[in-house]
Amino acid sequence: MALLEVEDLQVSFNTADGVVQAVRGVSYHIDAGQTLGIVGESGSGKSVSTQTIMGLTKGARISGRAVFQGEDLLTAGPDQMRAIRGAKIGMIFQDPLSSLHPYYKVGWQIVEMIRLHDHDISKDQATQRAVELLRLVGIPQPDRRVNDYPHQFSGGMRQRAMIAMAMALNPALLIADEPTTALDVTVQAQVLRVIRRMQEMFGTAVILITHDLGVIAEVVDEVLVMYGGKVMERADRRTVFYASHHPYTEGLLQSMPAYGGERERLRPIAGQPPSLLRPPPGCPFAPRCVYVMDKCQTMPALDPVGTEPGHLSACWLPHNPADREAIRRRVAHVELAKSAGSTGA
Amino acid sequence: MASGPKGDANPVPATAADGGGDDVLLRVENVVKYFPLKGAPFREKEYVHAVDGVSLSVPRGQTFGVVGETGCGKSTLARCIARLHDVTSGRIVFDGQDITRFSPRRMRPLRREIQMIFQDPIGSLNPRRRVGSIIGDPYAIHGLAAGAERKRRVQELMERVGLNPEHYNRFPAEFSGGQRQRIGVARALAFRPKLIICDEPVSALDVSIQAQVINLLADLQAEFGLTYVFIAHDLSVVRHVSTSIAVMYLGKITEIAPSDELFTVPRHPYTGALLSAVPVPDPDLSDQRQQIILAGDVPSPIAPPSGCRFHPRCPKAAPVCVAEDPTLEPRLGDGPEHPAACHLPMAEGENLAEFRPSIAAEERVEEVEGSLLPDGAGPGATDTAGALPARREGGQP
Repeated sequence: MALLEVEDLQVSFNTADGVVQAVRGVSYHIDAGQTLGIVGESGSGKSVSTQTIMGLTKGARISGRAVFQGEDLLTAGPDQMRAIRGAKIGMIFQDPLSSLHPYYKVGWQIVEMIRLHDHDISKDQATQRAVELLRLVGIPQPDRRVNDYPHQFSGGMRQRAMIAMAMALNPALLIADEPTTALDVTVQAQVLRVIRRMQEMFGTAVILITHDLGVIAEVVDEVLVMYGGKVMERADRRTVFYASHHPYTEGLLQSMPAYGGERERLRPIAGQPPSLLRPPPGCPFAPRCVYVMDKCQTMPALDPVGTEPGHLSACWLPHNPADREAIRRRVAHVELAKSAGSTGA
Repeated sequence: MASGPKGDANPVPATAADGGGDDVLLRVENVVKYFPLKGAPFREKEYVHAVDGVSLSVPRGQTFGVVGETGCGKSTLARCIARLHDVTSGRIVFDGQDITRFSPRRMRPLRREIQMIFQDPIGSLNPRRRVGSIIGDPYAIHGLAAGAERKRRVQELMERVGLNPEHYNRFPAEFSGGQRQRIGVARALAFRPKLIICDEPVSALDVSIQAQVINLLADLQAEFGLTYVFIAHDLSVVRHVSTSIAVMYLGKITEIAPSDELFTVPRHPYTGALLSAVPVPDPDLSDQRQQIILAGDVPSPIAPPSGCRFHPRCPKAAPVCVAEDPTLEPRLGDGPEHPAACHLPMAEGENLAEFRPSIAAEERVEEVEGSLLPDGAGPGATDTAGALPARREGGQP
């Protein structure tokens, strides 16, 4: 049985400009001990979908189900959620400075977190455990640094302290929302290693949300590609990078500079991401897609494609490269004719 | 304005006598920038050593990349070059002129020739002014075009950078992040500058949009023969755009090399560690290579370490690194275009993970025993499993 099973999650917000449909029917599951990467650009709904599961999107209109260890998190009461958040599901956010309280010592914040969920533990024992956790994430002189305030920590140390806090109660699931985006690469490498080693040692399942495909390639087992509030593709790590099906995934990979080899001209995805106030009907990627067809007016289901088990893609395109190329050429031809027509007019 | 000969980059300042020959647009000589800290009375005044003796030269028509982590001084260097900061000491020679001590009045005509593009396209555009007037600012300030003529020129610029000229009267908030960065590019282009300093121009953008802006910058360079100083922390982007790259650490340049060479034959261990830390968007490649995880954090620029500033974290550190500041010069038979500031440079294909520093423990950044960070889970690592309580199962709290 999956550890967390999300079914047809829909989240929308009322804003001054209208209703923003941030998440539009997202389904996925994660097994115990697995690492699932959620990749997507700004406004793809990747953060909102996990925040909703944790009950952190106040004032949103939510529908769907998110079953964690047999319990639907979307209908759980505030007391139930409080017992789950932190203890069974840990979270780390992008900005560790705003997630740590500037007024309280780092150690005190970890201790409070432990004692909130574990009523039998004494204060000294909890402090001891906080020191041990800080040591584990590589904070030098943890018995001394446990009495420091957050501003006395560097950015990388704060993020590692956040990991220590998130892992304090040995949760079954850790949600890391852009945990290394604000950090330098050498510090990012430290933090990712800590997350990976923690996971190996304690068998924690991790949902890693990021926009960085490099981070995805380095740490995750499976990848969920999101765009315009929907899941575009799901596959294991190697399939996403070497045999992806969805044109958005393909476009994302092509727009990155190659790590080695020839420096060719980059191939960006033309246009802008859709507005979620008025998302286009059908596939949200259709307006920017080089393979767009008439069929794309209706959103395809997230169905199995290719030969790899577990490879799902929400696209009408055939998987066969030759057929895809034929469609792309036809589209390019039509576009060319269109633009020739418009300049002639 | 014509682009110069695209010969080999020669980032080392040759002699002061050649006075900015035709092929070098910008020369930075031993530039130092200290920022004073507010001190208490009777205490010695302290300074942030933001840039501490940087020399480089940028050939005409090329892109010179500068990489480094937060606080290495790369943005301060950019601002010194653009004369937004006065330097503490050193010289900045632009197009054959020593502009280091130019008065604001004498700088004015040069401001047209040196432009900047900033990271944050929202913060660098006034939200209450229309885009047409923002892009037209340079003309207004320098009194060069007015009325219908200014509007025509602005619309030309907008079209050139891929914005719809009909959006002349819109506000910055009505544009997306990528489009806002195009506005910044259009404004920088108004006077056909010779040098554009790009300070993290694509860091705030999504990958697919980032590629659009990078291509735009490349097109403009080819069209107008622009010279770029390109500052970023994303190594793969810098490599993609740059002819040669300088690596900075704590206010100093540790290494300069033609971009491909920097990635294939890094000499400075910091460059090696930095390159190994970059996540590679290729699963097989990423599984094969060995990462060097540096211990600790970058030391404070208020009291930087003695000798080589990287020595407390360097796997190859030896007593000489603590005692002597290495000069930036070609090492191990490299050409003049590839200097490195290191006493113990890395040989080609050398594995940094095999080295252990041979300096006193108090000179090093301490490694934390029992932490998950070091390579190879030691005996400490297995004990630590007891740090966490048993996981509680079941649905009810």
